[in-house]
Amino acid sequence: MRFDLSRPFDLAMAMSPDLFLFVGAMALLLWSAIGRDGAAHQRRIGVAAIAVAAATLLLVVAASTRGWSAGPGIVAVDGFRWAADLVFLVGAIIAIAMSLDYNAREAIFAAEAHVLILLATGGMMLMVASRDLMMLFLGIETMSIAVYILTGIDRRSPRAAEGALKYFLLGAFSTAFFLYGIALIYGATGATNFQVISERIVALKLEQTPMLLVGVALLLVGFGFKMAAAPFHMWAPDVYEGAPTPITAFMAASVKAAAFAAFLRVWLAALGGVYAQWHDAIWWLSAITMCVGNIVALQQRNLKRMIAYSSVGHTGFILVAVASGTTQSAAAFLFYLVAYTFAIMGAFAVIVALGSPGAPRERIDDYNGLWFVRPGMAIAMAVFMLAMLGFPVFGGMGFFAKWYVLQAALQASAPQTRLAVLLVLTTTISAGYYLYVVMAMFMKPRPEGADQLPPTNGLSRFIIAASAGIILIFGVFPDPVARWTRTGVDLVPLAPQVEPNFTQSAVAR
Amino acid sequence: MIAESLALSAVLFTIGTIGVLTRRNAIVIFMCVELMLNAVNLSFVALSRQYGVTGQVFVVFVMTVAAAEAAVGLAIIISIFRHRQTVNLQNINLLKG
Repeated sequence: MRFDLSRPFDLAMAMSPDLFLFVGAMALLLWSAIGRDGAAHQRRIGVAAIAVAAATLLLVVAASTRGWSAGPGIVAVDGFRWAADLVFLVGAIIAIAMSLDYNAREAIFAAEAHVLILLATGGMMLMVASRDLMMLFLGIETMSIAVYILTGIDRRSPRAAEGALKYFLLGAFSTAFFLYGIALIYGATGATNFQVISERIVALKLEQTPMLLVGVALLLVGFGFKMAAAPFHMWAPDVYEGAPTPITAFMAASVKAAAFAAFLRVWLAALGGVYAQWHDAIWWLSAITMCVGNIVALQQRNLKRMIAYSSVGHTGFILVAVASGTTQSAAAFLFYLVAYTFAIMGAFAVIVALGSPGAPRERIDDYNGLWFVRPGMAIAMAVFMLAMLGFPVFGGMGFFAKWYVLQAALQASAPQTRLAVLLVLTTTISAGYYLYVVMAMFMKPRPEGADQLPPTNGLSRFIIAASAGIILIFGVFPDPVARWTRTGVDLVPLAPQVEPNFTQSAVAR
Repeated sequence: MIAESLALSAVLFTIGTIGVLTRRNAIVIFMCVELMLNAVNLSFVALSRQYGVTGQVFVVFVMTVAAAEAAVGLAIIISIFRHRQTVNLQNINLLKG
């Protein structure tokens, strides 16, 4: 079915999963305000939030199998959108499930916490659906404002307040850059719609207009902050360490994935015409991010901080896929997001499961000899670490994620050989800290007088086992996921706009 | 008029950026961010003289978002003031490494 987006009913149908999620979140927000704060109310709202997210997930799956498409307008209706939505929703469900126990344990009785995760997810879905800078801006802000609150949701923790303040100030600062970038692009092209922008850039030969160049640079800075790409990553470690652990997982996985998905769409759909000029900038961004993230992670002794720096490194790896700019690399990008989401969520779920009130157990030393007291947890954590490292077989999907990115980089029409070499080198560096965690868990003795670890309840055990299982199973059989990511990008008009001959074809049209 | 407005907007944006980078009081930094957002609004309004109403619509959205951001931001600043009795960023340094 092809939607005519100028008709309100078609527009509503094209946005139906997003609308459903927002209506559900609003209803839950009312409900959470009516009830009396407490552990029971918090759990009720959390379960209802998971139900809303799961129902949205089903709607997205249904929408993706209908073969919907849309004419020109402000929203995209394509496989890329549905694939990214699925990643965000799975991330949201795991994050809410994790915070059910975490919030009860840390006595965070604000039931809105779960609803805010839904609202942030709604913002992400808007971001990836947008084909207009105005809607992109609103999606980013819907997501960001919800996540600012989530970072500081633990009002009694001074670290959480500090993390929230830093995140808020730098986030608002980056929003201003992002917005000024939009204003200048609007000034240069006279449009905010991606397709119109890309057509006007080509038709009016705007590639070298100073206004457009400055606008694109500012947009890149804004996205760099949101993706935590070096040198705009300074906020990430502080914020990831200060935030409640389930929220850290949500930020490291879903928020970052959303920034990437939006970045990929803007870059290829709207700015395809100036891609050639900007290739070098993204190249350097990717190279610096890979080096900084992985090298600084080596010195970290706090596990949350270490994963924060490693996620900066992952930003660099994913940017390699963006720099390659082909359909194949967009598929590799989606695959990477899936593998990375499960690995991050699983690793943080282990951190949540092993902590207890007053003893967060976030230092790597707390994991010494974990194998001797909790063999299951140690094995799962090892799988997540190896998946982030990209180790074959035991790292499951993580290996294929890096493999596909490498393959896409080398098989692109302009092969990114140096980036590929850098990716392999920095991956080797990252082994230094991922394998250190594995070594600490399996080879170091459990320290004398280490306090008893708390029992893990069924829900946490299920999340951890499911994430590890998915990583391992699809690590042996990556084809279904790889095929799914390819159908995800077949519907995106990426390839023709990145190919060098795009200029002529657009003029001819 | 458009060129002058755009130049003024660029100057205001730069002043805001310098303010964010040099000041150490969270409230002042936030005010500088608001200055940057309003500088962008000026650009949008100026450009919409040339391109039609889109820029003005954008300004309405930006103001809405800025209001939401101010509500959340001031709440966060109050929460940190309750912990530290200061909003000076130099004294806020639990997280580092």
